Amino acid sequence: MTKSLRSPIQLKNLREQLIRNSQSGKSTISVCGGTGCQGCGCESVYTKFVSEIDRQGIADKVELKLTGCHGLCECGTLVTIHPQKIFYIRVNPQDVPEILTETILKDVVIDRLLYPDPISGQTVLHEYDVPFYKKQRRLIFGSNGLLDPTSIEDYIAIGGYCALSKALSEMKPEQIIEEVKESGLRGRGGGGFPTGKKWESCRNAPTSNGTRYVICNADEGDPGAYMDRSLLEGNPHSVLEGMIIGAYAIGSGSGYVYVRHEYPLAVKNLDIALTQAREYGLLGNNILGSGFDFDVMIARGGGAFVCGESTALMASLEGKIGEPRQKHIHTVIKGLYNKPSNLNNVETWANVPLIINKGAGWYADIGTAGSKGTKIFSLVGKIKNTGLVEVPMGITLREIIYDIGGGMLNGKKFKAVQTGGPSGGCIPESLIDLPVDFDELTRVGSMMGSGGMIVMDESTCMVDMAKYFVDFLIEESCGKCLPCREGLDRMKDILAGITQGNGTDGDIELLQELGEVIHDTSLCALGETAANPVLSTIQYFRDEYEQHIRNRHCPAGVCKALITYTIDPETCTGCGVCVKNCPEKSVSGEKKKPHVINQDTCIKCGLCRENCKFDAVIVV
Amino acid sequence: MVTISIDGIRTVVPEGTTVLEAARDLGIAIPSLCHNPGLSPYGACRVCIVEVKKGERSTIEASCTLPASDGLVVITNSERVRKNRKVLIELLVSSCPTSKTLQDLAANYGVNRIRFAIKDKNCILCGLCVRYCKEQMQSGGIGFVGRGTSRKVATAFGVTPQECRNCGGCEWICPVCERACTAANLTNGLCGGCQNLMHVETCELCVHCSESVNARGHRVY
Amino acid sequence: MDQMHTINEVKQATEFVTRIISAYSARPESLISILQDIQTQYRYLPEDILRQVATELGLPLIQVYGVATFFRAFSLTPRGKHSISVCLGTACHVRGGRSVMEEMERQLGIKNGETTPDMLFTLESVNCLGACALGPVVVIDGSYHGKVSSGKIKKLLAEYSKETSRSKK
Repeated sequence: MTKSLRSPIQLKNLREQLIRNSQSGKSTISVCGGTGCQGCGCESVYTKFVSEIDRQGIADKVELKLTGCHGLCECGTLVTIHPQKIFYIRVNPQDVPEILTETILKDVVIDRLLYPDPISGQTVLHEYDVPFYKKQRRLIFGSNGLLDPTSIEDYIAIGGYCALSKALSEMKPEQIIEEVKESGLRGRGGGGFPTGKKWESCRNAPTSNGTRYVICNADEGDPGAYMDRSLLEGNPHSVLEGMIIGAYAIGSGSGYVYVRHEYPLAVKNLDIALTQAREYGLLGNNILGSGFDFDVMIARGGGAFVCGESTALMASLEGKIGEPRQKHIHTVIKGLYNKPSNLNNVETWANVPLIINKGAGWYADIGTAGSKGTKIFSLVGKIKNTGLVEVPMGITLREIIYDIGGGMLNGKKFKAVQTGGPSGGCIPESLIDLPVDFDELTRVGSMMGSGGMIVMDESTCMVDMAKYFVDFLIEESCGKCLPCREGLDRMKDILAGITQGNGTDGDIELLQELGEVIHDTSLCALGETAANPVLSTIQYFRDEYEQHIRNRHCPAGVCKALITYTIDPETCTGCGVCVKNCPEKSVSGEKKKPHVINQDTCIKCGLCRENCKFDAVIVV
Repeated sequence: MVTISIDGIRTVVPEGTTVLEAARDLGIAIPSLCHNPGLSPYGACRVCIVEVKKGERSTIEASCTLPASDGLVVITNSERVRKNRKVLIELLVSSCPTSKTLQDLAANYGVNRIRFAIKDKNCILCGLCVRYCKEQMQSGGIGFVGRGTSRKVATAFGVTPQECRNCGGCEWICPVCERACTAANLTNGLCGGCQNLMHVETCELCVHCSESVNARGHRVY
Repeated sequence: MDQMHTINEVKQATEFVTRIISAYSARPESLISILQDIQTQYRYLPEDILRQVATELGLPLIQVYGVATFFRAFSLTPRGKHSISVCLGTACHVRGGRSVMEEMERQLGIKNGETTPDMLFTLESVNCLGACALGPVVVIDGSYHGKVSSGKIKKLLAEYSKETSRSKK
């Protein structure tokens, strides 16, 4: 029997049938299989469920699903029980038998596995009542927890491919473009270019044989951002549906998804999704009987941050070095193989079905004047609730960090939040009430980027941070143009001098001058924004630079050349853990008496401090 | 044909002409390093930058890869261009202080100090040799290897490639090894030698002859 | 062990590469995909194979070599049995990723990017593994270890070296 769907009606019938089948009274256990939970051992939790369901012989009472990322990675492994929507956190394999015998069979909630509200101390039963989720608006990301990413049926059952069906049967390509333009959707990859306008230019670009390409940029290279990964791993069909709609609107017959090779699960799940979509006639010739043909290929990236830049990505798709070219002729006119090519980021594509389903007006009501819809951020760093959050544009940094993120880790003081990856900047505490959207972030010297939000506390040194980003870009840039290659290299020298206590007056000004030249004269967008982390840290944390230069002092206690480790004789119990852990044998002392560090041989690795149970090792 | 304005001079050029070519046709001197009329445009050294006016705003572009398009307004020697170019030349000289071509460039454009660490890399990755080998000799024996600051011009696996015809073109076209500057002072990077025109006074009526680009008296439009 | 010695091995490798190249219809634009498949098979890109790829795709060797040295996914030297990636993305950096790397280097006695002489471990840094919520992150042979501190590394490595010595017996 062929599964191929030949018309929108057949898709509708299939959906109704799938919904009927699922209403069988079974409980569903959703185990989060996102990368975060993988780091917490979700695979062993899942296999324990499989073996335990088998051992207890209750396969007829329960359905087990390994889903995509639920967002609250900090509390992995996350398990949700449907239909009651009971939300368990930090589940270990040994909790599995109890969950089955108690919650599934007797409907008894296991209190110790629930989320404890840090303020009230009460446990929270449902996912949506956890403070982390309360202020979120999970339009794109919400479905992740409901479906098995390797099952197209799951996606169809929750309304998947509805938008495609509507677009193909009820809308002309121009109407779709108009709808996307009206929705105000802007590119989620960083630049924030209006998506509808890009589609229109690509559709109108002349092409000799009718060839146009649509490309999905999944070369998520921004350090500290992983929402594209979680979308592709957790809900690949939503991205694919967006691409098919886009291809129809633009008039393209073939597409590519360029995925980082560091994301093997994303490649695997996407590959499964493509095969299934072809089986169901949602890719290939005559999609849903509309006469529209389109197919997608996966290209694995070779591992280079610069390939997130559109022209470098396309060069790499052609099998060449990922080197950007001058963009005087835009890629929508001459892109891949010199044909009109429309490149959008994973999250942008995932927004498209939503806009088609609910309408541009509905979508444009969410967000701010210049930035519509929601944005997924990866909230990471020195914050309590790390994970992926989806919030409406315009929400303040304070709401994200304190209400959703639960505030700072270990009661430390908030210092800055870094957004926009290596092209962005560090935003200080004085701007914490800033509404988050494309224009506001740019205005304060940072940018949206792909949505990384790295929270830093008082123990993060801003000069070290600036140096970190410069080092990152030196390694990840292509090295073609002079200002980016040599300019960043000299910036690194200057910053290294400052962090090593060799800074001199005038260094800050030279960094600023060099930063402006790199911005003005670099060839591609990577170079153009490369100095942002340095310029923004100077703008907001100049005093910290001056402390390093004038007083040879690192206030955060990070720069090794400027700090010393000592043992506080008052608090040291002489337990000897530091002696055992010191790789240079620099700690000595009698048992049960205060120990001392030999400053001549100490390499400042910090292992003594990390292992001391009494916080007796201090940094001066 | 397209009409553009360079330093206030309106000129009509065939479509596909670069701003660098159009400017040089008018006798306006724009320095360049990685550009060669016989090779494809590359846009890596950025020395040929110009300022492009876009209403109130303006951007800095490399003129060797910038195609002339109708209505384009270009200024070749604005304050912003000069400021940026001086730092670019500083970076170049600090990378390769022994190149006479670069020392001359520094002298011609008023670079009188190097504030960066001297690296003496002996290559500025302008890619002239790579393009010459590929485009003129149809050989393609040398190319770029690595990326970022580790990028260099090399042969595969460090051995002489089969394709090499020993034409010597790579050496001939190289702006660094072509003429060595023997006076370069490696402590401060500059030689301040033969072509140092910084103190030459020129006439008030300068019409963009190449020798006096940055000297006093040059009119900025 | 990873270098090809016998004539038979060389012949097998040649056939393997020809198969991969024909799977991509010998299109030069599939160069990166072809190299990825070879890298997966051999855990590095042997010189002879790169020469073969260049010939069969009709590309100058330098172009193949340039691509192989440009992308982080490729390695031109044989790699160890276990591949250790220490994430140095921003989120891991602010939570102490660098000291994890330094401790790894001390424990293994090699620098970032090197392989232990017994060909057991290859140590590499990655500029973000996309598991930022769990920083600092270390990935060993594809499995994720979250919230790693420098103090935990000795134990972590011991698991892998023990496993290997056991399988040798």
